[in-house]
Amino acid sequence: MAASISKEEIAHVADLAKLSFTDAELDHFTSQLQEIVTLCDEMAQVDTDGVEPTFSVTENVNHLREDKADNWHQKKELLAEAPDEAADLIKVPAILHGEDEA
Amino acid sequence: MTYNYFEHSLEDINKALKNGDLTAVQLTKDTLDNIKKTDDKIQAFVRLHEETALAEAAAADEKGDFSNVLAGIPMAMKDNIATKGLETTAASKILADFKPVYDATVTKKLKDDGAVIIGKANMDEFAMGGSSETSAYKQTKNAWDQDKVPGGSSGGSAAAVAAGQVAYALGSDTGGSIRQPAAFNGIAGMKPTYGRVSRFGLFAMASSLDQIGPLTRTVRDNALVLNAISGFDQNDSTSSERAVPDFTEKLGESIKGMKIAVPKEYFQEGLSNEVALQVRAAIEQMKTMGAEVTEVSLPHTHFGVAAYYILMSSEGSSNLQRYDGIRYGHRAKDAKELEEVYKKTRSEGFGNEVKRRIMLGTYSLSAGAYDAFFKKAAQIRTLIIQDFNKVFEDYDLIVGPTTPTQPYGMGEELGDPKTMYLGDALTIPVNLAGLPAMSVNAGFNAGLPIGLQIIGRPFDEQSIYQLAYAFEQGNDFHENTPAIGSNY
Repeated sequence: MAASISKEEIAHVADLAKLSFTDAELDHFTSQLQEIVTLCDEMAQVDTDGVEPTFSVTENVNHLREDKADNWHQKKELLAEAPDEAADLIKVPAILHGEDEA
Repeated sequence: MTYNYFEHSLEDINKALKNGDLTAVQLTKDTLDNIKKTDDKIQAFVRLHEETALAEAAAADEKGDFSNVLAGIPMAMKDNIATKGLETTAASKILADFKPVYDATVTKKLKDDGAVIIGKANMDEFAMGGSSETSAYKQTKNAWDQDKVPGGSSGGSAAAVAAGQVAYALGSDTGGSIRQPAAFNGIAGMKPTYGRVSRFGLFAMASSLDQIGPLTRTVRDNALVLNAISGFDQNDSTSSERAVPDFTEKLGESIKGMKIAVPKEYFQEGLSNEVALQVRAAIEQMKTMGAEVTEVSLPHTHFGVAAYYILMSSEGSSNLQRYDGIRYGHRAKDAKELEEVYKKTRSEGFGNEVKRRIMLGTYSLSAGAYDAFFKKAAQIRTLIIQDFNKVFEDYDLIVGPTTPTQPYGMGEELGDPKTMYLGDALTIPVNLAGLPAMSVNAGFNAGLPIGLQIIGRPFDEQSIYQLAYAFEQGNDFHENTPAIGSNY
């Protein structure tokens, strides 16, 4: 009954999760996740036909504030936390590569 | 130290501050001294905020207004609760040196009351763990036996209070992270009703389960701290607008005629004999005090762990997407492209347990697994809520053990996530249902504490405190102090 997870599947999940693993780490995670997924497979024993799923237990629908722009005046403090900045902006590596750069 | 946290309650200290027998600065200095004397053994603090703590204490003295019971008294903040301008790292390398630009709502409330934030308590990385061993920074020890784990994830908060380093601490509880370390350290820990305390500024793990709460040596102190941090907050969309009662109001009221349910499922599945014995004795004490105790059934308890690990890791993997190395926190040095920045940053910055849960969550939410895992878990959550609702139609409170076992040795369960996850079996259902629940000391075995869990109806923390207080006053467990305290 237990769903079997392949190493390839784990590599795909790692890619989705933006994590990289060595080959040995992938083996390790595959066996550990297999064990946890087997534990979770026991959920199949429970009859949930017609049972509504619960995603939140809050009694509120949502608190909405007035649609008004607010300025926290914290540009300096926020930029100070950025790993890299230039000209009052957060600096990141290139995401697009022109022909001369590629 | 003239005043120490073993002998003096928050109200005792408050009285001394009011009378002028003690100043906040003196108390803060003494507290810092005591922490320095003992923290090489306990390792409860990731860092101390000496300078700002002394400044906060001096401000409290200068103001001279000790009408609020927390004014001028030092406390420990779990390292996942934001303090403006002061390092807050969730015990993770990915947030090394991170200084929030805002205060969590609970931080702001405590500051407004004149509290002194003395430092950040160690924890499992991003609150993912039950032993505080997944912290990227240090290994906190149990206050009673330094070869044992303090529990987790709020292990630093619990050990600091139990070791008498501070009067109180805040923790967070997603699947037992306040109650389990409270049980392991023999103190009182409350997970309030979901929505009672604002989560704004709590570094999110699983947003539908997380809740901040107090850890203290006594029930009365606990109620006083919950008074201070509760209430509606515009900045948390799940915050409740319900009025906040005085949580000390029912302390001292008789528990005669109180209807208490004991779920038979809480005494199965790997419960140690010592824990069962002590918790049964606690229940006998409640009967002697006039409570009406009946065995009941919460039939879906067994499936709580599986449902929890799917829901928690799914929400957690989504929440932790924000740690991408772009706007704050760690960024991998040698990454050249954006995709590489993400992957290297996250792989360097997160520890193994966090990665494991991100992987499980991402898997559960992936196209092929969604129905069998995420949706199924959410349906089981409904059944667990229905189990509780049914019991609460006839009973005021539910009582049982907090944890299946006593504190274990360092490293014993770290390599085996499945065993560690099963250790949360008795605390998890409460979070899934959003209920309030507390752990109080139910005595000792072999020098290590055992926790009693009291679960209440939504927003009925008052009845939990009423029973917990009556129980505490009927025994002397809370008067025991760990050997580490002889250093003061």
